[in-house]
Amino acid sequence: MLRYVAGRLGQALLVLWAAYTVSFFVLWALPSDPVSLLLGTDPSDVTPEQLAAVRHEYGLDQPLLVQYVHQLGDVLHGDLGRSVSTRQPVTTLLGDAIGPTAQIAAAGLLLAVLLGGGLAVAATLTRNRRLAGTLLGLPPLGVAVPGFWFGLVLLQCFSFRLPLFPAIGDDGLASIVLPAVTLALPTGAVIAQLLSKSLTAALREPYAETARAKGASPARVHLRHALRNASLPALTAAGLLVGGLLGGTVVTETVFSRPGLGRLTATAVQSQDVPVVQGVVLVGATVFVLVNLAVDLVYPVLDPRVEQWRRRRTPRGHGTPAAVPQPA
Amino acid sequence: MTHLPRRTRRPRTALLVAATSATALALAACSGGSSASDGGTGGATDGGDLVFAVQNDPISLNPSGTGSGNDTLYVTRQLVDSLLYQDPKDGSLEPWLASSWTASKDARTFTFTLRDDVTFSDGTPLTAQSVKDTFDDIVKNGAKSLNAIGSFVGLDKVVAKDEHTVEVDFTTPNAAFPQATSQVALGILAESTLRTPYDDRADGTKVVGSGPFVLDHYTKNVEAVLTKRAGYAWAPASFDNTTGAHLDTVTFRVVPEAGVRTGTLTSGQSDVVGGVQPNDVAQLDSAGLPVVHRANPGVVFGLTFNESSTFGKDPELRKAVALAIDPKQVQQAALDDLFAVATSPLGTTTPGYADESAHLGADPDEAKKVLDADGWTSGSDGARSKGGKPLTLTIQWISNFAPNQTSLELVQQQLKAVGIDVRLESSPVPDFLQKLQSGDFDAAWGNSSRADGDILRTSYSSAASNYYRVDDPTLEKLLQGQLAAGDDTQRAALLAQAQERIVEQHHQVPVHELTSILGTQKDVHGVTLGADSRLDLLVDATKG
Repeated sequence: MLRYVAGRLGQALLVLWAAYTVSFFVLWALPSDPVSLLLGTDPSDVTPEQLAAVRHEYGLDQPLLVQYVHQLGDVLHGDLGRSVSTRQPVTTLLGDAIGPTAQIAAAGLLLAVLLGGGLAVAATLTRNRRLAGTLLGLPPLGVAVPGFWFGLVLLQCFSFRLPLFPAIGDDGLASIVLPAVTLALPTGAVIAQLLSKSLTAALREPYAETARAKGASPARVHLRHALRNASLPALTAAGLLVGGLLGGTVVTETVFSRPGLGRLTATAVQSQDVPVVQGVVLVGATVFVLVNLAVDLVYPVLDPRVEQWRRRRTPRGHGTPAAVPQPA
Repeated sequence: MTHLPRRTRRPRTALLVAATSATALALAACSGGSSASDGGTGGATDGGDLVFAVQNDPISLNPSGTGSGNDTLYVTRQLVDSLLYQDPKDGSLEPWLASSWTASKDARTFTFTLRDDVTFSDGTPLTAQSVKDTFDDIVKNGAKSLNAIGSFVGLDKVVAKDEHTVEVDFTTPNAAFPQATSQVALGILAESTLRTPYDDRADGTKVVGSGPFVLDHYTKNVEAVLTKRAGYAWAPASFDNTTGAHLDTVTFRVVPEAGVRTGTLTSGQSDVVGGVQPNDVAQLDSAGLPVVHRANPGVVFGLTFNESSTFGKDPELRKAVALAIDPKQVQQAALDDLFAVATSPLGTTTPGYADESAHLGADPDEAKKVLDADGWTSGSDGARSKGGKPLTLTIQWISNFAPNQTSLELVQQQLKAVGIDVRLESSPVPDFLQKLQSGDFDAAWGNSSRADGDILRTSYSSAASNYYRVDDPTLEKLLQGQLAAGDDTQRAALLAQAQERIVEQHHQVPVHELTSILGTQKDVHGVTLGADSRLDLLVDATKG
């Protein structure tokens, strides 16, 4: 097990390095450069020599590979550099932004699981076909509705017309509700789609039949037997879902005027503030890698077959369950 | 509908109001009622916390550094004072930190005599040395002090003559310098700020000025909170109140979405909103909320040709475009009455503006004649060509102003009507900037704000950014001449000639002015826009 975790951590580092490297070169391939962008598009008396002096001071005039090696070296020492536009340390900017984003992302994820899971269970549990049809029609809608529009509608209804929640400012829990709902909508919809499909399949399995034959109530069959197995596909997608949540913060934080990683990303990308964008990429990739690692470790707990399979068979076989860990 | 929930709760609200009034009365009685004395006679109300929703994060509160433009200056204007103040009524300069100033005949030497009663918010006095150190700091930091460095081209030295007299010497004329000193970017800073490395000033904690407010805290992408400075007594004479601000605090809250900003105002969550879009004005009007607006000084929105391109270097083609575009139609289709049709390359609020409407005016038939005479013949579909080469104009633009797209689509139709095929290329700022720098474009759509006619020189002189590659020695002479003018009358005359030259040679086709718009609550007064059409000092501002 320990060797397995160590192996996975090694892979994780490789993923982080790749994300960092790719984003570095992609950002430098864009037109213009961060120092020119500080100047903006208005004509001015600032001379090219003066701009070149700033580039030199920031080390932006060195060959790209030299810059890359330097930066990578600094990153390994925990120094993510300074923002080109504000000269503040990137670690400070990230540190300030992670908290507010984590708040709405965590609340959004919780809501998404509750709403998505609840909807899937309700749709498969009910005997009313029309109700089931209506409920199952909702997730595609949730996936299709743009978060930007949904957030504005929520604000219009529950902040501007009915003064229930603040649109601006930090008012504790009340300030988190609407952004969390906006974030939860697409994620919850995906969870509902995955879970309702796998629940339907699980309820047709022999063990569900057995449970019913033993006299278990539909609710018990659902919650005690089917749900546990049916949740595996949704769990496999957890990495993607969390990635989607983080991506959704760009729009959500803008609409709800909140600070956080999304806003930081939006402004940094606009001004080609490369060190900041790369800091965000590193944080995003780390979260993604950690979630996937956690899922892989939780998998055997939920589904003992995975652990047994791993013990019994050393070589890779066919009929591999989803997200099967590497042989130890 | 909007007020329904409040109406149903009226009894409770009344109770609350009664309770609040009672508390206020009690407090006033206790404190001796010093501040409430002029409340009933139409005088200003003291106290209050103003919430001002702005679009952009300030990014940097270092006055001469690079922020996000207008919204940064809204904040920093309240923190630092300038040597001179530019009166928005007529663009004239008046004393502020400098009680008087003189300019030499050759526009190379400027002498400022400072007030002797000014202190920075850390208690240190303002002296000639403070001015010298502030200006030297700008020059030392070069392009990092992007907002200010352009004003010091050709600087020889800054000399503190005595404790309250400072002289600024240039090697080349700079008649625009006195106006430049009125800008926030040249605001005077205390020694403690100047001792702080430039890179460490962005968060504002080290920015110490002599302004009517001081920074309480700034949280990136959230807010900048300012508190009133006690003992402030040197606001420019143009303000009703030249002593300390009426408001206790001002909170600049960052609200990126225009619709959300409007919503916070209509729902009473903010007191003032900035960056109001033309299409939100009607909503504010219908809610009965006052709108503060002012036309921007500087170069108006219009089409400027790249005169190194095949299209732009042909004066006949430029003339045809100028004749084919009907700015009145653009104003009616894309904007509203708050936005004036341009009557010169400069906006009407720019000092040195001259009305050139005699040289402007749409005449599509004349445009066709010009194109015919230039050898561009119409095909069966109306599109023109010469020697098998189609007549095509590519216009570069960015979406920094919401109505741009509608404006340009109309321009496209107007030009098509005379046989010019227009391609509109919208790009992100970096791509746009690269096109301007490399000269790989036919024409660009945009504007540029500054409350001085010298903006014509930075825009069209081949010695400045030179984005448009204008090769016109007559114009160049006028643009350099106004900077060397010994007095204002002579300078205005040269600027007027430059404006005439630009429209006659069709270097730029002026279309419409830009207007800065704020929305406010009914009980907010004294929030005004300055000569640069950005938020002015908030010393007169009151709430309630």
